[in-house]
Amino acid sequence: MGQRAFLCGNEAVAEGVRLSAPHVIAAYPITPQTVVVERLAEMVEDGSVKAEFMHVESEHSALSASMGASAVGARTFSSTSSQGLVYMAECLHYASGGRFPIVMMNANRSLALPWSIYGDHRDSMSLLDCGWIQVYTEDAQESLDMVLQAYAIAEHPEVLTPVMINLDGFVLTHTYELVDIPDWEQAREFLPPYETVNKLDFDAPKNMAFSSNPGNNLEFKLRQHRGMLRAKELIAETDGRFQSIFGRSYGGLTEAYRCDDAELIVVSVGSVTGTCRTVADELRNEGWKVGVLKIRFMRPFPEEEIIAALRNVKAVAVLDKDISFGYEGTVFTNVNSALSKAGAEILKLNFIGGLGGRDISKDHIREMYRRLQDGLDGIAQENVQYLGLGVAIDERG
Amino acid sequence: MNRPALRKYVNPQYLSDLPEGPCYDAGHLVTVNAGWRTRKPVLDSEACTGCYICYMNCPEGVIFKSDGKVDIDYDFCKGCGICGNGCPKDAIVMIREGEA
Amino acid sequence: MSVVNKVRINARTITDKEFFYGHKACAGCGGSLAVRHILKVLGERTFTVLPAGCMSAVGFNFPQLCFDSNAIISTFAGTASMMSGIAAGARALGLKDYHVVGIAGDGGTADIGLQALSGAIDRREKVIYICYDNEAYMNTGIQKSGLTPFGARTTTTPAGENIKGTVTTKKNMFEIVAAHGIDYAATASVGYIQDFINKIQKASEVDGTSYIHVYAPCPTGWGTETDVTIDLAKEVVDTGLWVLAEYEQGEFRLNRNPKSFAPVENYVRRQGRFKHLEDEDIAAIVHARDAKWEQIRNSWKLK
Repeated sequence: MGQRAFLCGNEAVAEGVRLSAPHVIAAYPITPQTVVVERLAEMVEDGSVKAEFMHVESEHSALSASMGASAVGARTFSSTSSQGLVYMAECLHYASGGRFPIVMMNANRSLALPWSIYGDHRDSMSLLDCGWIQVYTEDAQESLDMVLQAYAIAEHPEVLTPVMINLDGFVLTHTYELVDIPDWEQAREFLPPYETVNKLDFDAPKNMAFSSNPGNNLEFKLRQHRGMLRAKELIAETDGRFQSIFGRSYGGLTEAYRCDDAELIVVSVGSVTGTCRTVADELRNEGWKVGVLKIRFMRPFPEEEIIAALRNVKAVAVLDKDISFGYEGTVFTNVNSALSKAGAEILKLNFIGGLGGRDISKDHIREMYRRLQDGLDGIAQENVQYLGLGVAIDERG
Repeated sequence: MNRPALRKYVNPQYLSDLPEGPCYDAGHLVTVNAGWRTRKPVLDSEACTGCYICYMNCPEGVIFKSDGKVDIDYDFCKGCGICGNGCPKDAIVMIREGEA
Repeated sequence: MSVVNKVRINARTITDKEFFYGHKACAGCGGSLAVRHILKVLGERTFTVLPAGCMSAVGFNFPQLCFDSNAIISTFAGTASMMSGIAAGARALGLKDYHVVGIAGDGGTADIGLQALSGAIDRREKVIYICYDNEAYMNTGIQKSGLTPFGARTTTTPAGENIKGTVTTKKNMFEIVAAHGIDYAATASVGYIQDFINKIQKASEVDGTSYIHVYAPCPTGWGTETDVTIDLAKEVVDTGLWVLAEYEQGEFRLNRNPKSFAPVENYVRRQGRFKHLEDEDIAAIVHARDAKWEQIRNSWKLK
């Protein structure tokens, strides 16, 4: 049997890493993920993690070193946030193209400029196309459990794709909850050692990370793409296997809440989902037919699940903690594409909020549902709306 | 063989014929470099004393030891001429490719 | 973890096996000669890391893979960090008897890769880092790097009416590395191949981080004939423009301390990249050389 402890999201991730028995940990400090690195350093010091802890000189080096370790077949963990994530951008693409199944936590934080240490999704959403599996967790327990699941998915020989576990900065990384810490032996049963042929090997020497030419580049990229698509099935399978051992389940790529007979749905990502559910419950009590669809994985993108959950509703509001400058929220773009492909004629609105750590309140979420209903009632709606904007938008702004 | 062999490469027919990622057998040679040469080293075995200066200075590694002297793998020689220029016995001379 | 080589390696004892073969480097490439000997000295149980650059571009074009031992391309900035990761991973997995070597060019070392190299030395990683210095970014078409010498014309330091090519001098990587208190550092030249081999072998026996900076002429970038690579690499040492030295246990040691130097003019005048230099420019090069040697002779161990 495991034990229970009060842990913040960062500490829960560190426990998940310990239970995953990594060989190498390479990370660089940055607020608000630093606690993960600190806890792991303590675990290496006290012997509870038998890993090489690398004091690297930058995030670029953190991931470059992680790739080196992965290239000899070592299980590797890194973590970062915000500026650090974009500083390692080159290595993010390199790691996915090299098929290195690294697991990394990202504490979602705003990107400069202007500077902000607080949370939003600008960092990871701006790197949605870097070829990593991206999962967004909602609470500390899920964060811990997803570290174990992430290695199982990433290291699968038909996937071989790195996983980025995203936790909302401060809101999740620094909030303490009662967490079940799985038993070491059960973790071993769930997550066997990493075995691969995708490595440098004295018994069968390899040249790795080589160049392609125009005649075969597409084929390599297609194999990478198909590895990511294969992960779609494996995510649900892995969650099922996790449940059979640990008794907890997260439902795969998305998680629907009270969506079955819902007419109005809010689509959310990450820790704000809890507030969305509370509001949905309140509105249900008031007679509204509302639900919440949480997107857990942004890549691979759960197109089929989203279509299945939303195609028969009347209106959908997508909540983005990010702006893709010059267009709209990235989550909205993806959801809209899925629904359009399915030919679903639904009112779809994009709400942008929570930037740079701004609170998303229950009132904001109520407002989203209300706007959907207004739209259905024939009151014209802006396609992109901003939650909690403190000023009026004027012509000169 | 002390150097990787030239192999015949069969173009993949299926996606699964390619490696899963950019990771493949070390020393996998499918093309030669002979076509690069405008000049070609010619060895006078009688004059060669087996000092191995040419062997040590060849950027391609195409000069190899043979019976106390040296020999040349023309498949991969690019004809740079370092061997001929450095031979203390003038046992290697560079000739125009195609002559002799 | 270091492999102790009992036999000193030379032309007679060096392995017949070639580990860098069939590559597409330009004819007469000094860098590829350096790579060839590095891999021969270190042997089969070696993990080699090469950043994006000439040696990776000419050696890793699937399906033509020219390294006959374990080798990987790193990001341009990431040679030393990827080497560090390999060393950490191999240690964690319990591997025994192997070398981790990184081979990067001058730009990859002195410019974009300097931060990662500094970190690796700081961690005292058990790795060998070798910079082959051909004095410009050659793979991208001869642009100035932090190791391009004064006066050299490159495509980003063109020689014209107003500016005579490169106006800066080479960063002193050897002493920058030594200032970290590295376990072993050395300079070498492909023109003195036995000296280079000795230093690779020594680095392979060091229980800590090693750095070797090897001078490696580039006929394409320097505007020289393909058959004079070795001559130039000797001459740069004989003129005193390149110093053969070692750094160990906190002390610098000069390997060659010639009574007189070969004429700089001969070395400079045979290279297209210096063609525009006038006598006063060459005098400035000689002056800088003499100042450096004075400092060396006053403060380093002589042999």
